[in-house]
Amino acid sequence: MRDIRLLTEVFIPGTLIGPFSGANPGLGGICTFIGEVRAEDGVEALELTQYEPITLPGMHELADRAFARFDLMGLLMVHRVGQMLPGEPIVCVSAAASHRRDAIEAVDFCMDHLKGRAWFWKREKRAGEWRWIEPRDEDYTDLARWKD
Amino acid sequence: MTIRILFLGPLADLAGQLECEVEGPLDWDGLLAFAGPAVAEQLQLERVNVACAGKVLADKTALSAVDGDEIALLPPVSGG
Repeated sequence: MRDIRLLTEVFIPGTLIGPFSGANPGLGGICTFIGEVRAEDGVEALELTQYEPITLPGMHELADRAFARFDLMGLLMVHRVGQMLPGEPIVCVSAAASHRRDAIEAVDFCMDHLKGRAWFWKREKRAGEWRWIEPRDEDYTDLARWKD
Repeated sequence: MTIRILFLGPLADLAGQLECEVEGPLDWDGLLAFAGPAVAEQLQLERVNVACAGKVLADKTALSAVDGDEIALLPPVSGG
């Protein structure tokens, strides 16, 4: 079962995981990562911009690579765009597999690629001012872990 | 018909606009000249990509846009 989506409204990850589990009968394990807007340092809001012709297709290509690399039964990859408030979920990646290591590593793989390579641009609002977030060096070193 | 140019993320702030239109055809040198020095400097960085007609160009300097195409200027990503 494969479910790759961009959402423009706030979502509740828990409501996705039950149906995802049910859609992969016979699975041995599920690993789920949920990323949220950190409530820190006076961040008032976060905004993620996409470019429609490439952002969702890029997530599908990433899912293809995850299925090719790991022994998966199912993959859920849901990402928010638009404005978000601290505490709101940004991303939910869940992998179902016969064995735990494929599920865990597939989620790690997808998250590193979503952070470092997916077509999103992020800015945050502090004290009423919007500021673009530059990619961090860690995002690139995280990606390098998966080089074949 | 014209070529539509979109400035994504921080490039929109640098360009002072989200999008604009230009008469085609447009190649890499034409894009650099049209974009202005501040955006052109960014475009020449390795981590800045260019999409044309919905595809990210493997070699942005081979840009060959015609009227009706949409060009998107893609700064380094910061998602997740």
